Amino acid sequence: MTAGLWEHWVLPGIWITIQLTVYSAALATVVAFGVGMARTHRLKTVRFLAGFYTEVFRGTSALILMFWIFFVLPQLAGWSLVPMWAAVLALGLSYGAYGAEVVRGALNAVAPAQREAGVALSFTPWQRMRLILLPQAVPEMIPPFSNLLVELLKGTALVSLLGIGDVSFAAYLVRLATQESAQIYAITLVIYFVIAFLLTRGMRALERKTKAGIGRRPDPGTGIMRKLSIRRTTETAPVPTSAGGGGA
Amino acid sequence: MITTASSTWDWSAVADFMPHFWDGVLVTLQALVLGSLISFSLGLVWAIAFRAPTRFVRWPVGIVTEFIRNTPLLVQLFFLYFVLPEWGIQFSALTTGIVAIGLHYSTYTAQVYRAGIEAVPAGQWEAARALSLPYRRTWTAVILPQAIRRVIPALGNYVIAMLKDTPLLAGIGVLELLQRSRLEAAQTFQYTEALTVVGVAFIVIAYPSSLLLRALERRLVR
Repeated sequence: MTAGLWEHWVLPGIWITIQLTVYSAALATVVAFGVGMARTHRLKTVRFLAGFYTEVFRGTSALILMFWIFFVLPQLAGWSLVPMWAAVLALGLSYGAYGAEVVRGALNAVAPAQREAGVALSFTPWQRMRLILLPQAVPEMIPPFSNLLVELLKGTALVSLLGIGDVSFAAYLVRLATQESAQIYAITLVIYFVIAFLLTRGMRALERKTKAGIGRRPDPGTGIMRKLSIRRTTETAPVPTSAGGGGA
Repeated sequence: MITTASSTWDWSAVADFMPHFWDGVLVTLQALVLGSLISFSLGLVWAIAFRAPTRFVRWPVGIVTEFIRNTPLLVQLFFLYFVLPEWGIQFSALTTGIVAIGLHYSTYTAQVYRAGIEAVPAGQWEAARALSLPYRRTWTAVILPQAIRRVIPALGNYVIAMLKDTPLLAGIGVLELLQRSRLEAAQTFQYTEALTVVGVAFIVIAYPSSLLLRALERRLVR
C-alpha cells in the first residue's frame, strides 16, 4: 500500500469514524438519559411511551433503520439529511434505546431507602433525581455504557454501505486500488481494535473518577486477561435479559 | 424527486414485494439458525478453553476472542469474503456470511457460557475432584449441565441480536430481507414500501421473541 492511499483515504476515514462515534455517542447519551428517566416516571403514559420507544428501536436492525432514514424519510417527510447526519441519527437513536435500558436498570438499583429519604425531606421529583438518584446511579452505568460504546464504534462500520467514507469504506477503495484484500482488511480490523481499546481506557478513567466522587472504588476486575480484556464482565450469572448485544 | 405520488403509501407495491419478502425471510432464517448453531458450539469451545489448565491455551484464546469481539462484523465479513478466496477457499456468499456471524457471536456466547460456568459453586469442582472424575467427565457430567441451564435465556438474547445483524449480509450480496427490498426498490423506484415492510418485520419477530425469553428466564433461572 502506498503513502498516497494512506493519506487520502485511510487517515480521513479514521477521522470520519471517530467523528461518527463521538456524535452518535453524544446523541445516544441524551436519548438514553431522557428515555431511561422517563421509564421511571410516575405517570403511566410517559412510562408506556418510553417503553414503546425502546422496544421499537431495540427491535429493529440498526442497518435497516439507517437505510430507512436515508432512503424513505426524504420521500415521506419531503426533506433529506446529509448522509453523515442520517447515519448519526440512526446510530444515536438505536444505541440510545439500548442505553435507556442501562439507565433504567441503574436507577432502579439505587437502594429504595435513598429515594424515600428524598421524599421525607420533601425534595421535588426532579431534585431527587438530580441530587440523590443520578449521582449514585451514574457510576454503575459506566461499565455497561463502555460496552455499548464499543458496540457503537463497531456499528459505525455500517455507514460504509451508504457510501460514507469511513475507514471501512476506505478499506474497500484500497482493496479495489491494490487488488489485495488480506493486508488492508487486517489493518482495518487492527485500527478498530485500537480505537476500541482507547475508548475503554477512557471509560475506565471516567468510572474511577465518578466512583471516587461518591467514595467508592471500581472493582479491580478478575481473570487472567485483566490487562488486555477490553470489555467489562457485565455478564454475571443469572444473566439479565437486557444484556443483549447491540448488534453490528 | 419529491413528488406527492411517491410520498404516499402504495399497497400494491407491498403486494408486489410480498413473494420476494417470503424468499428473503427464508434466507434470513437459514442464516440465523446455522449462525446460531456455529456460535453456540464454538462459544462453548472458547469458554472451556478460558479454563484450560495451561496458559498457552488460555492466553491465545483470550486474545483472539477479544479481538473478534471488538472489531466490526461488517469488516470481518468483507475480510472473509475477499480474503478466503485468495487463500484458495471458495465459499458462497451465504456460507461466508453464516461463518462470519457464527464466529463473531461465538465470542459473545463464550462470555455467556463463562458467566454460567463461574456461577457453578466451587464445591461442585471439588466434589468432582474428590471422586477423581476425569477432566472430560467433570465437564460433561458435572459442570456443563448446571451451567448451560442458567444461560439459555442469555443465549437467546444473542440469537435476537444475530437476527438484527443478518441484514449485514446484504453487504456481500446475500439475498436476505434487506437485499431483497433493495432490489425491489431499485426496480420500481419505490423505496418506502419494501424497506418499511422489512423494518416492521424485524420488530414483529424480535419483540415477541424477547418477551418469550423473559418468560423462559423466569422459569429457568431460579
